[in-house]
Amino acid sequence: MTGAALLGRLGWQSLAFVRAWQDPSLNTLIAAGAAALVVIGAVAVVALITLRGQWRRLWREWFTSLDHKKIGIMYVALSFVMLARALAEAVLMRLQQATAINAPGVVDAEHFAQLFSTHGTIMIFFMAMPFLTGLINYVLPLQIGARDVSFPLLNAISLWLTAAAAGLMMASLVVGRFSTGGWSGYPPFTETGFSPGVGPDYWIWAVTLGSIGSTLTGLNFATTIYKKRCTGMTVMRMPLFVWTSLCTSILMIFSMPALTVATALLALDRYLGFHFFTNALGGNMMNYANLFWLFGHPEVYVLILPAFGIYSEVVSTFSTKELYGYASLAIATIAIAVLSFTVWVHHFFTMGQSANINAVFGIATMAIGVPTGVKIYNWIWTMFRGEVRFTVPLLYALAFMMTFVLGGLTGIILAFPPLDYLVHNTLFLVAHFHNMLIPGLLYGLLAGYHYWFPKAFGFRLDERWGRVSFACWVVGFYLAFMPLYVLGAAGMARRSSEVLEPAFRPWLLVAGAGALVLAAALAALFVQLWVSVRHRRANVVPAGDPWDGRALEWSVSAPPPEYNFAVLPHVAGRDPFHDAKRKGTAYAEPVRYAPIEMPRNSAVGPILGALGGWAAFALVWQIWWLAAATVIGMIATVIARSFVRDVERTIPAETVARIERDWHETLARSAPTTRDFETTAINRGLAQVLA
Amino acid sequence: MSAGDAMHPGLNLGQTDAETHARAGHDLFGFWIFLMSDAVLFALLFATYGVMLRGTAGGPGPADVYKLLTAFVETVVLLTSSFTFGMASISLKHARGIAPITAWLGVTLALGLAFLAMEYNDLATMVGDGAVPARSGFLSSFHALISLHGLHVLAGCLWIVVMLVQLCVFGRDGRVKINMLRLGLFWHFLDIVWVAIFSVVFLQGLAR
Repeated sequence: MTGAALLGRLGWQSLAFVRAWQDPSLNTLIAAGAAALVVIGAVAVVALITLRGQWRRLWREWFTSLDHKKIGIMYVALSFVMLARALAEAVLMRLQQATAINAPGVVDAEHFAQLFSTHGTIMIFFMAMPFLTGLINYVLPLQIGARDVSFPLLNAISLWLTAAAAGLMMASLVVGRFSTGGWSGYPPFTETGFSPGVGPDYWIWAVTLGSIGSTLTGLNFATTIYKKRCTGMTVMRMPLFVWTSLCTSILMIFSMPALTVATALLALDRYLGFHFFTNALGGNMMNYANLFWLFGHPEVYVLILPAFGIYSEVVSTFSTKELYGYASLAIATIAIAVLSFTVWVHHFFTMGQSANINAVFGIATMAIGVPTGVKIYNWIWTMFRGEVRFTVPLLYALAFMMTFVLGGLTGIILAFPPLDYLVHNTLFLVAHFHNMLIPGLLYGLLAGYHYWFPKAFGFRLDERWGRVSFACWVVGFYLAFMPLYVLGAAGMARRSSEVLEPAFRPWLLVAGAGALVLAAALAALFVQLWVSVRHRRANVVPAGDPWDGRALEWSVSAPPPEYNFAVLPHVAGRDPFHDAKRKGTAYAEPVRYAPIEMPRNSAVGPILGALGGWAAFALVWQIWWLAAATVIGMIATVIARSFVRDVERTIPAETVARIERDWHETLARSAPTTRDFETTAINRGLAQVLA
Repeated sequence: MSAGDAMHPGLNLGQTDAETHARAGHDLFGFWIFLMSDAVLFALLFATYGVMLRGTAGGPGPADVYKLLTAFVETVVLLTSSFTFGMASISLKHARGIAPITAWLGVTLALGLAFLAMEYNDLATMVGDGAVPARSGFLSSFHALISLHGLHVLAGCLWIVVMLVQLCVFGRDGRVKINMLRLGLFWHFLDIVWVAIFSVVFLQGLAR
């Protein structure tokens, strides 16, 4: 067998280390350093687990688990790793632009293009998507009074496909080069004529694997919400986070296929010489732009709606008040979801359609501002005359409301086609979408992380470091992105690896400083986690209700038992747990416990993920035998699984009774806490209820 | 809710197997959503086909390469296979043993394979005549759409084989029944997509 048949396009030159050795420059050394970080990080993790002898436990209790709570936690852990990488890339990009003013800067143009491509791809597909999917996974079944999602195995498969795709992104740092075509991968630039290397292939297969995982996730969540709500939970009694999860799931189901089609057709062009998006022989690049943004715009709301749900929960809980205008919030969520399919052309106003078409899409874009505005007012009115407690999640919510409205205003500017022509493809746009996504997505997810962390792990996160991190995220955001509005309005093109206008220097320096503050924010978040884990004994909340919560997830212990609810709850209104506490019916012990059926662990998820990841890697490097073997392996795995009949196991009634009695003893031992002390060690997770 | 109520669109097990019927509502709902997502995939490929119809780049156009007779025969074969699958579903619900189910499934499989063979022959002829996907944008979109449908039929045939084996191994247990209901939806869905392909691609292509 020749080398090409065995290893495809893979060669020594593919390794970042070899390139740095042969041509040592700051640029290649940075690339090799990043690659070394990936390798050292991976080796260190593997070594640590091996030294501690934890492989068996990890495999049994985590990797093969079908428990929605564990899958949710693994999703969030994945997103933090990817956030660290993509944020480091952001700092490097800001550093480059601040130093490359009529000077070479730190990286060359090709490397810079890889940086903005991976930064965008990771932040959207491998930071934001896993983070929100993880939070929904953890919280959704608990909030609707269910024991798991509809299809637990499918859930695990989605997780491992996403993880495999993220692994492919990491591999691209070490082996080969990533795409230079941006996160949207526009052809014809990403066609073989202009990008013959493996870069766009890495992008295509990472995104495709991730989008298949997300489609399956959306299907799973939607079925769960439609079919597994507990008795009495009508749709108009669902917590608002469930509403936004439902709309996000529907958007995933309908929009992700557009991305799959776009990447698959691009792959056909690149691998088999089709002519979908090429310049010659009847190809039509505009079709790609339409397909991609037909996915891309709904995706914006896939990302933002769950955060809206989190803010609704957080604002209501920490204002000690019922959510204001529940019905209008639900309707606004649906309206946003529907409208999100009608605005995609605003991503390419300048690409040649008629003024009338632009006008229609401009007006539709502005219309989305209306339901979003409704929501902002609802949250403000929820706080009005409430007993507002300024905990970390509420601080994020407040920063969001201020900052997001600002971003919305620049969005209205961009929705106006003549103005869009002036700032299109400048840093103004970059500032705008970061102004929407950082408060509208990242702050929301972080608020949710702080809010539900005690539920998931049984202890609160350190409040002081949480505030430090919060302050850095907010200050860093304003420093990093407000200058970009100025620069964009002054005409500085986005994605510039070199700047020719010295007058931009002060603004770029401020933005660079802001990026460093954002890096500090992430560092503070990790310090917070470290400090909280070390002091967990002082911060435990085993009774399960540290914030005087309102929905069903707070009515069980922290962390919850694997079956969530010993007896499936019945609800008779919104905020069922809040009402039960006031009526004194919360924490009632059932007369008797029944055995509970739960899904058995399965290795199918990790196996499909591993095979999928290698299949993608093989396709990138055109190692055909490996691609064929892994794809056949995936089909065989699915067929083999369909023959497994022993898929459930029963938790005996005595075990359930023992777990529940332990918890009720804890409840009896815990002293109720008033809200004044909820961020102190006095808080054991039992709320003092004033009738 | 009594076991006689329809829990989902399509053939319900109803009174014949109340326990599985109760679960089917949930499981088939999920599959309907999957089909919706799959339908979006096809819809976008149809749209792409529509966009690229004029992108023949001086190469062969629809009237030069489409053959109505074979497309029509393929349509008849696939529609017949939908009928035979329907018979398999009815025997799944009402028959005592597994023999009628496997027989009808076998006929469906044979028709599905016949369809694939004819389609392969068509495409091979086109390729032989130089109408390869790399020739033009129009041919790219035609081949992608037809092949995606063909791949779906191939997956359906593989699924039928798996179900035949499972029927022999497990008989008609709950999971076999639910997977048969899912496969039924999938098979009929492919039929509907083909009807769209026949009308939009072949009939319109030849009528213009």
